[in-house]
Amino acid sequence: MTSTNPARPGALGRFRICDFTGQLAGAGATKWLAAFGAEVIRIEDPVTQGLWDILRPMGPFVDERRGPDFGGGFNNHNTEKYGITLNLRTARAKELLTEIVKRSDVVSENFAKGVLERWGFGYEQLRQIKPDIIYVSNCGFGHRGPYSDYKTWGPIVQAMSGLTFLSGRADEEPAGWGYSYMDHTGGMYMAIAILLALVHRERTGEGQWVDMSCTDSGLTLTGTSLLDYTVNGRPARRSGAPDSNHSTSPAMAPHAVYPCRGDDEWIAIACRDDADWGRLAQTIGADWAGDARHAALAGRMAAQEALDAQLADWTRPQEKWALARALQAAGVPAAAVAKPQERIDQDENTRAFGLWPTVTHAKIGQVRVDGLPVHLSKTDWQIERGAPCVGEHTDQVLRELLGLSGEEIAKLHAEGIV
Amino acid sequence: MSGSDRASGGGALAGLRVVELANEKCAWAGKLLADMGADVILVEPPSGDVARGYGPFLEDEPGPDRSLHWWHHHTSKRGIVLDLETEPGRAALRKLAAKADILLEAEAPGVLAERGLDHPPLLAANPRLVYCSITPFGRSAPRQDELATDLTVLAAGGPVWMNGYDDHSLPPMRGLGNQGFAMGCHYAVMSILTAILWRGASGEGQHIDVSLHAAANVTTEAGSYVWLVARETVQRQTGRHASQVPSMPSQTRCADGRYVTTGFPPRRPSEYAQLIEWMRRIGLDENFPETVFLQMGAERASIDLSKIGIDDEVTAIFGAGREALCLIAANVSAEEFFEGAQQAGIAVGAILSPEEAFENAHFKARGMQVEVEHPELGRRFRYPGAPYALQKGAWQISRRAPRLGEHTAEVLAEIGR
Repeated sequence: MTSTNPARPGALGRFRICDFTGQLAGAGATKWLAAFGAEVIRIEDPVTQGLWDILRPMGPFVDERRGPDFGGGFNNHNTEKYGITLNLRTARAKELLTEIVKRSDVVSENFAKGVLERWGFGYEQLRQIKPDIIYVSNCGFGHRGPYSDYKTWGPIVQAMSGLTFLSGRADEEPAGWGYSYMDHTGGMYMAIAILLALVHRERTGEGQWVDMSCTDSGLTLTGTSLLDYTVNGRPARRSGAPDSNHSTSPAMAPHAVYPCRGDDEWIAIACRDDADWGRLAQTIGADWAGDARHAALAGRMAAQEALDAQLADWTRPQEKWALARALQAAGVPAAAVAKPQERIDQDENTRAFGLWPTVTHAKIGQVRVDGLPVHLSKTDWQIERGAPCVGEHTDQVLRELLGLSGEEIAKLHAEGIV
Repeated sequence: MSGSDRASGGGALAGLRVVELANEKCAWAGKLLADMGADVILVEPPSGDVARGYGPFLEDEPGPDRSLHWWHHHTSKRGIVLDLETEPGRAALRKLAAKADILLEAEAPGVLAERGLDHPPLLAANPRLVYCSITPFGRSAPRQDELATDLTVLAAGGPVWMNGYDDHSLPPMRGLGNQGFAMGCHYAVMSILTAILWRGASGEGQHIDVSLHAAANVTTEAGSYVWLVARETVQRQTGRHASQVPSMPSQTRCADGRYVTTGFPPRRPSEYAQLIEWMRRIGLDENFPETVFLQMGAERASIDLSKIGIDDEVTAIFGAGREALCLIAANVSAEEFFEGAQQAGIAVGAILSPEEAFENAHFKARGMQVEVEHPELGRRFRYPGAPYALQKGAWQISRRAPRLGEHTAEVLAEIGR
């Protein structure tokens, strides 16, 4: 990992990231970079054992062992990264961090606003250390604006950006997203921002600060609804707004999730056009399906609730996988609602894609993690090493990157600096 | 704005030319590149892309240049018409691809190969090309030919299983906005930029194979890793994380009928102290019997989250925190609840509709409203702003979505007919 050896493999092997990110909204971004070979060095606090990242000690766990090195989610989001500890309350640790920043292309963090600045590493200080540094901060409401001092988690980002509101049954309580969709997606936008800033630096030589806000990113994902408001004056908050399993953009019907045989088993069916409906009606083969009023989209949209009820009666006694196969064979888009075990352990597509790589973690051992949903023909991703334990690579980074001697490193440990 | 003007523009991707074959599955990726200054040339068939027929429409009147779905997904692009069913059309596309940096497409597997426009011949002709394919299941999946829509991608890929209501007699839900396609497009843009940086070092292009189904699968947070690590199955719950262990409700309705999410209840002693103070301020402390537990929370040195359900006192404190927030919510508006809790240091959110977020002072102050001119209508409309605030090479909508064939002559002249 020394700076004199830039020949790391991978599409991003020539870049080094001084990484303060945690949770998913930040760590997800640098997971991507590390999987493509970037040298991502996580900087953590030795005093709190890196517990600023609340996922470090949190389940799921592979066995009964607990502690900051055993969190399953943390391992999932921090594969292929290096981990070092620096006690930034001390002047010596700040000197060491300064030396790391000098050798880095990017500084990334998703602390609350102002944390890095209080340590003396805000953008103005970072650019004095390295003029072309790329600094990407990512927090729920960003570093400027009336809410910049307010705190968020994924579900709050989704609520404040309109995404929660757009998931649910008509005129009922929002169902929202059953996970932190915007932690994932905020992390992706953070990765995009880092990559964009690197491309810009390649072309112009300029570094910069990118003030990311996950709620900004989330708001852009509601754009078609927003334009209906700004252009037509039609708000999404209105009586009779559609069930979110229905589709108005584009208009499709029937289009929903229907019950199948068994406990909590479901199938999604989407008729894109009249031809899809014709094929579905033929498969159903009942009088109600052949009703001429349903032949054209307008008729089906008008009768959608009744049609959904009839279709649900038809799907209810059927097995979801067999029905999905039959509908696909008939030329109708359909998919069983897959449970985690079904899409992870029983799905030939995700298996063939190599989507669930097994990594080796220094303490957890071998465990499967999320892979990446892409393949690059020449420089594909690699995820083999698990997340770093607290301080796992401190000595290695101090020695190889900063050129410190064994004696100097021992002294840093003894003085509680690393 | 002509192509050469674009190339000298200030976006981070200025100077990069993208050829995008119009398809709803890759439209969002093209927009993300175009708004960052890439010269994105959107190729449509003579009849126009089907998404021009997707509502809602300007003034609710359908028409090829009136689709708001189209407006949103194709800003900053130039639009041309090529008939890829004819040899002259295919020849023009080959010529475009020979001079392009990126080709972005989402055709069903085999469609382009049949026309000699797949990545092997185009990369042979232009080894620097980054050719990105977005397909429902990837280019080498056993079931790659299955039909897919946004709903079926999200159902097969995991998100739908996790979204919905505590009442499992109700169907699980998908969130609106073609998020299944957006997930794939985000990974496509990350891949394309990664490949462009690699090309900067090596001079070589390559092919990128993006699977929408795989993208949804690894955009499910704990849903996947709880199974991968512990072989447990998360179950959907109203408005909060699907979980292998049921958790307390987190959404509650305010006095104005709007919902809020209480997120994590207070976790720090200081937050309990603030909560008591807030209740006192609005006169709710007197009729809240669990104030004693809030007081215990405020007086403890710390509150260990992992002891919930194990330690009775911690469980009671945590429960009282949640109850207190619900009581306050029932007595104030969603906005008052959000401001009051955040000022007390408690992270909560108001469930805003998109237009409420858009008109909110915070988002306005961050420049999330931008005006885009529609010259032929003589009007300007407000669009959502930048997903990331680059200061240099900044995001910008450089023009409204193209009308059908608007730039055909201009672009064909540039590449030499």
